[in-house]
Amino acid sequence: MSQDTLFDKVWDLHKVSSLPGGSDQIFIGLHLIHEVTSPQAFGALKDKKLKVKFPDRTVATVDHIVPTDNQSRPFKDNLAEQMIETLEKNCLENKIRFFNIGSGNQGIVHVVAPELGLTQPGMTIACGDSHTSTHGAFGSIAFGIGTSQVRDVLATQTLAMNKLKVRQIWCDNTLSKGVYAKDLVLHIINKLGVKAGVGFAYEFAGPAIHELSMEERMTICNMSIEGGARCGYINPDEKTFNYIKNKLYAPKNEHWDRALRWWESLKSDENSIYDDVIKLDASKVEPTVTWGITPGQSISINQQIPLLDELSPNDKLVAEEAYEYMSFKPGQLIKDTPVDVCFIGSCTNGRISDLRVAAKVLKGKKVAKNVKAFAVPGSEKVATKAKQEGLDQIFKDSGFQWREPGCSMCLAMNSDKLIGNQVSASSSNRNFKGRQGSPSGRTLLMSPAMVAAAAINGKVSDVREFIN
Amino acid sequence: MKSEFTQPIGKISNINGQCIPLIGNDIDTDRIIPARFLKCVNFDSLGESVFEDDRKTLKGKHPFDLKENKNASILIVNSNFGCGSSREHAPQALMRWGIKAIIGESFADIFYSNCIAIGIPCFTLPKKSIEEIQNYCDNQFLFLEIDLKKSLAKSKDLNFNLEIRESSRKMFLTGEWDATSTLLENENLIENKFNDLPYLKFNTPLL
Repeated sequence: MSQDTLFDKVWDLHKVSSLPGGSDQIFIGLHLIHEVTSPQAFGALKDKKLKVKFPDRTVATVDHIVPTDNQSRPFKDNLAEQMIETLEKNCLENKIRFFNIGSGNQGIVHVVAPELGLTQPGMTIACGDSHTSTHGAFGSIAFGIGTSQVRDVLATQTLAMNKLKVRQIWCDNTLSKGVYAKDLVLHIINKLGVKAGVGFAYEFAGPAIHELSMEERMTICNMSIEGGARCGYINPDEKTFNYIKNKLYAPKNEHWDRALRWWESLKSDENSIYDDVIKLDASKVEPTVTWGITPGQSISINQQIPLLDELSPNDKLVAEEAYEYMSFKPGQLIKDTPVDVCFIGSCTNGRISDLRVAAKVLKGKKVAKNVKAFAVPGSEKVATKAKQEGLDQIFKDSGFQWREPGCSMCLAMNSDKLIGNQVSASSSNRNFKGRQGSPSGRTLLMSPAMVAAAAINGKVSDVREFIN
Repeated sequence: MKSEFTQPIGKISNINGQCIPLIGNDIDTDRIIPARFLKCVNFDSLGESVFEDDRKTLKGKHPFDLKENKNASILIVNSNFGCGSSREHAPQALMRWGIKAIIGESFADIFYSNCIAIGIPCFTLPKKSIEEIQNYCDNQFLFLEIDLKKSLAKSKDLNFNLEIRESSRKMFLTGEWDATSTLLENENLIENKFNDLPYLKFNTPLL
């Protein structure tokens, strides 16, 4: 059993009681909600005649269903309109702060909370979305929950949970040029597998992690869940504190000094005990692309799609399913695979640094004929910043469509969808069957820089050939 | 889909029903219920859309479309079932189709919690036993009687010692899987925690 890790400390701090069945009752410091997983929770509260216990510990925004082309109200899609109206009503009735479209602070919930300074070290954070693990980049313990648990947090600000085990993933050395946080996390998921994290929190550590910017750290923690870990975190440091400082909801003045003192005390002890430790060499990671139907099915840009014999018995069943669905042959190179759609955005890679990296690759170049390419900033703040820096113009000049903020084609709940068996190069997080809106659509996950390179060449490419 | 859906309520100690095997590892919640069906403000009509895309692809041959599985209620799965999105719509869709319990090699964490929260016990068995059930179901019906008190599944030919997390088992037996009221019993402790947490003292209020 783990001891004295950041996870243990934050868990113990938030433990309210031991429940009769043996699980723990954990206080949730920050609750984030959005339009898709909250309506039924508010409905259940009404049925049970309960009130929201601490309305000022819940924050709402709208992201999953928003159109990215025309956001004027009412939305063209009646169901989407109904969902945003329901959220507006629920927030109003329950006095919950809601960052709506046009507020200047709307966006993907996991982009918005950090950029507003809501996400802070030492907190427990829950949201009805599996990518809540993103917030662990700040040394908080953050995890996705379902709608019944959203109801419980609204009603009690607590959850019944079993404590997770802790696995440290130690990343030595640093990433090479043209290799990004996305490549590292895809590599980790490939090495450990998509279910290795079940029952675990992942602590990402080591020189390669220390070197990453806060936004890159968010990319890493964001995809913990793709490795099965509901929660992933990084011990906070100077970079964390500097990122939070002066944000809208960051502690101010004398509160800042108190916060800083507390945050600085929050990290895994030198001699803390982990349930498991994995070490890997980050300098060996190359630009990485998925070829299959799980985020674990990835290879380096110059590798071949694995043969069935090269895979462990447990991976064979899904590999066979993936060859068929993707129409790829075992042994085929992933490089030069033609792509139809290029998508840059999502809670994994829709932040300003992602757009900057992609714009650098795109500058002065044109998107290949027959490729539909679009960029979706992660939030209104990201969009504003990108415009100030002229990034939107670089995207547009290259032939990319520049859209309004939202989750967009990461899960295709709006009108941004693949058609038929189109292949997309996507900076998002899931390559599941049908994930991007077409039941036969095919997704290749990669870093935003790699998506930009694929857009220019019209096929999967090595971004390192663009950035010398 | 069965029309007479009733939500589970209170103590759950016995589940009897016909098994429906669904073969495959890493079956994610996008497959269980594709995202377009999440555009709803209640869960009521999700049952008919469960596995919609997989079912369309298999043109009537998907286990959830086979006539002989029409009344099945115990889902048999392989490993990492329910990975991906946290959408509770996935277990809600399964439940509304008629699933009352799931037995598998392993489950994704959030999916597992969601099942507990809505009253669907999830049990694990070794790969070998799952395959044994799957093979058995190839040629005949398997009706299992699940006893949560003893963590046992019995049938006329096969018996299994089911594994389930002890805290989950207790929650079903006491009815505490519907957690809100249990959590609210500690209202004073919750208030104390709220007043004690360091960061709630130095945070900028949400205005």
